Amino acid sequence: MKFAFFPGCVSKGGCPELYQSVMEVYPRLGLELKEMTTASCTGAGVLQEKDLKLGDVLNARTFALAEQSGLPIMTICSTCQGVMSQANHRLTTDPPYLAAVNEILGEEGLTYRGTTQIRHFVWILLEELGEQGIRQQVRRPLKNLRAAPFYGCYLQRPSEALGFQDQPERARSLELIMSWLGLEVVDFPGKTRCCGFPLLTINEKNSLRMVASHTLDAKRHGADILVTPCPLCHLNLDGMQSRAASQQQADIDLPIWHLPQLLGLAMGMEAKRLGLTRHLVSTQGVLDKLGSAVAKIEA
Amino acid sequence: MLTTFRIRRFNPETSPSMPYFQEYQLNMDRADTVLDALMHIRDTLDESLTLRCSCRGAICGSCGMRINGHAALACKTKVQAMVSERGVVQVEPMNNMPVIKDLVTDMAGFWDKVRQVQPWLQPAGPEPEGEYLASSESMNHLTGVMGCIMCGACVSDCAALEVDERFVGPAALAKAYRFVADPRDGAGRSRLLALNEPGGMWDCTRCMECIEVCPKGVGPMDRIMSLRSRGIQANVASTCGSRHAEVFADLIYQKGRLDEPMLAARTFGLRNLSRLLSLLPMIFRAFVRGKVPKSGPLHRAIPGMEKIRRLFQRMEERL
Ligand code: SF4
Ligand code: SF4
Ligand code: SF4
Ligand code: SF4
Ligand code: FES
Repeated sequence: MKFAFFPGCVSKGGCPELYQSVMEVYPRLGLELKEMTTASCTGAGVLQEKDLKLGDVLNARTFALAEQSGLPIMTICSTCQGVMSQANHRLTTDPPYLAAVNEILGEEGLTYRGTTQIRHFVWILLEELGEQGIRQQVRRPLKNLRAAPFYGCYLQRPSEALGFQDQPERARSLELIMSWLGLEVVDFPGKTRCCGFPLLTINEKNSLRMVASHTLDAKRHGADILVTPCPLCHLNLDGMQSRAASQQQADIDLPIWHLPQLLGLAMGMEAKRLGLTRHLVSTQGVLDKLGSAVAKIEA
Repeated sequence: MLTTFRIRRFNPETSPSMPYFQEYQLNMDRADTVLDALMHIRDTLDESLTLRCSCRGAICGSCGMRINGHAALACKTKVQAMVSERGVVQVEPMNNMPVIKDLVTDMAGFWDKVRQVQPWLQPAGPEPEGEYLASSESMNHLTGVMGCIMCGACVSDCAALEVDERFVGPAALAKAYRFVADPRDGAGRSRLLALNEPGGMWDCTRCMECIEVCPKGVGPMDRIMSLRSRGIQANVASTCGSRHAEVFADLIYQKGRLDEPMLAARTFGLRNLSRLLSLLPMIFRAFVRGKVPKSGPLHRAIPGMEKIRRLFQRMEERL
């Protein structure tokens, strides 16, 4: 299956280990990716605070480029996915609006007909590979590892724009894949909540309270690691974790993993090639816990 | 179908007065709502179960509660859609407000915040001869937000309120938008100035919980985003939030993509040098850990950048 790959700014910026791990795993999953190098940022919901329509015009341009090449888009960031899904929802449910946006694109020789599909990597694993396809990939079942899912707001809400009505499994996609990788999935109420990233610049204190509350909650439920399909969640939950810990005077130390890293490890790849050393909260303890299985393959 | 209801109980008059869960089993019909079930429990199994309701038709807004962890109107929620694999439905009082008894919460704080945004029309200038006129387009635009029934579901599940009770919250902000966007109102600027303060429109964390749970399609967060746009347009004093949005937009204009170091530097800038400096240790550690892409910390513009710039310019011309 071939996709127009939209890596998003953060996987090519602050979370290079995400891009790295996706590059490692995708060829072995039977996916073919053509990176969209000329597409703009989605606006991340921030440009949209200033000018919603401008955001829709930029995203419609990206959708039109994919439409021209006849490929569905693959994202690897909850935020990119959500922002694009919402833009596509507005464009495809309101023909006069689409026409107005097309009038602007038209001057660039582009039109968007409204046919582009946009799917997160997690949904592609779920819907294209499925349980069997994923289980087949597992060379190193990640037994004895207790992992809690953390979706990111944009991969959960608004459910209407994300297509949950037609694809109800999407709401549980991350947990399903984690369980197929052989992990013990830790359910906790924070899994669909906000990590606080959008508040980081505006109200750091409240943002860090969210980081502390969800990481501590996951630990209380017995998690060894938290797994996320969103690099922005990762920036806050991993990057800001030590600050959150000192603000709340708590000991957190919970490693945050990108889903493709976990997938790669289960597929038998080396921790280093998956960028697991590029985290602020060390992943070494977990790798030690996985113990001989990991060490042996890497030796 | 035989269904188990797991209900959070709380009675302040018993001691010790700690909340606890109690289970009830009853046979439900396909068409039954959660409110039907609760009333049935109260009428036949346990008359001490306390809840609030009136219209039973999603109009009065009194039956807000959390069902399976998310706020909803009990009268609008079908039991069948809520039964888990184990045949259980969990019912709790709304979050982010004090519980009076069982499923009944104290809405006083909710109303205080709605009052805080001055939810009444404040026309400016001399009174017109006849009626105040408004285009039907502008009124149609407002029908969505006027559909709010003040049930509190959005407030219950708001992530920002959960960590900071001073935040004015989604219902009050949606109400504020209803007046800011009303062409007959003359207080728009002072309203936006008030909303620009800490605890106002910039304290929303964009979690979209309010959009998801609102039973009336009000879309509170969308209204908050429109308030932010209007605040930026009206040039009310800049905040970290508004500078962040402006700089973000400009970076896309310059480079087509985000540039994290530039975003932080320009958002905090010299005005907020201490915030910027406080980030340095983290940035240093990130650097040591190799969290910097191969191309270096600052990003080049994406290829064909002039095409994206032209779209910005076209949008500008159309204003
Ligand atoms: S949404 Fe985020 S990750 Fe996605 S393109 Fe924009 S800034 Fe980059
Ligand atoms: S959880 Fe945080 S970073 Fe992740 S999508 Fe939500 S707001 Fe964004
Ligand atoms: S989007 Fe904003 S207002 Fe709405 S629930 Fe989340 S934090 Fe609260
Ligand atoms: S905005 Fe929606 S959820 Fe919030 S109080 Fe109004 S009707 Fe209820
Ligand atoms: S009883 Fe009136 S809204 Fe539910």
